[in-house]
Amino acid sequence: MARVTQLAAIAFGAMAALMLAGCGERPQVIDYKQGKYQGKPDEPPYAAAPFNGNKDMWERDIRNRTQNQNEYRRIGS
Amino acid sequence: MARMKFLCDAERCIECNGCVTACKQENDVPWGVNRRRVVTINDGVPGERSISVACMHCSDAPCMAVCPVDCFYRSEEGVVLHDKDLCIGCGYCFYACPFGAPQFPQAGAFGVRGKMDKCTFCAGGPEKDNSEAEFRKYGRNRLAEGKLPACAEMCSTKALLGGDGDTIAEIYRQRVTSRGKGSDVWGWGTAYGRPEAPTAKPPGAAPGTPAAPGAKS
Repeated sequence: MARVTQLAAIAFGAMAALMLAGCGERPQVIDYKQGKYQGKPDEPPYAAAPFNGNKDMWERDIRNRTQNQNEYRRIGS
Repeated sequence: MARMKFLCDAERCIECNGCVTACKQENDVPWGVNRRRVVTINDGVPGERSISVACMHCSDAPCMAVCPVDCFYRSEEGVVLHDKDLCIGCGYCFYACPFGAPQFPQAGAFGVRGKMDKCTFCAGGPEKDNSEAEFRKYGRNRLAEGKLPACAEMCSTKALLGGDGDTIAEIYRQRVTSRGKGSDVWGWGTAYGRPEAPTAKPPGAAPGTPAAPGAKS
């Protein structure tokens, strides 16, 4: 009888421990780490003609072009 | 120059799909692949809104983080591009992208999934600028020609703005001030950082300063 009681106590203890383990669940969302690009290198958009490496000229052209989307400026408000 | 960004003004978009057509035509995009599409919310209900959606070239792009072969890179201008020679077409980026931007051609036998294709901000890819190889794999490199993405330049109502982030934000601000409504910018919070995110604030900005006027996620 004492042995059965002892076994029941062990089983109860094991079950309690198992159930408690559920409370300590780890977060299941993966924390992604940024990898390093493994592909071919790309050249900047101002490298080739017509800009031939002139970054300032390219930036100026792009800025002016962007302003074409502003009709308040394009046709006046 | 700030980074390149897209901004879609839901108050102006008339769902004409001109941006979609311009993108398809300019980049010779294959059948079944839609780099850009127009999404309408509450279709048919008074007050419906349409937005043009493509890759937003996020500041902290989830596609870059999940790619198992690290085929993504961000250009100097903040455009998120990828190397198709490295892509294995696994589709992780599709699940990670909040905008559903990555597309996979399925024209092969047994519906096999090809290499990922997405909006390049008309900036080509890692091939020689304006070469035949670049056009075939990634489409036209308009940035290298000093032009902006075809979709934004083609937009008849100028609902879709594309270009230098500071400049288009200023155009939008002026527009909102003029009309006095519709300051919400769809997708900006998700793509370029939420207003409450500390990393999204410009250097020296006061605490609580929003990243963009009325940015919505």
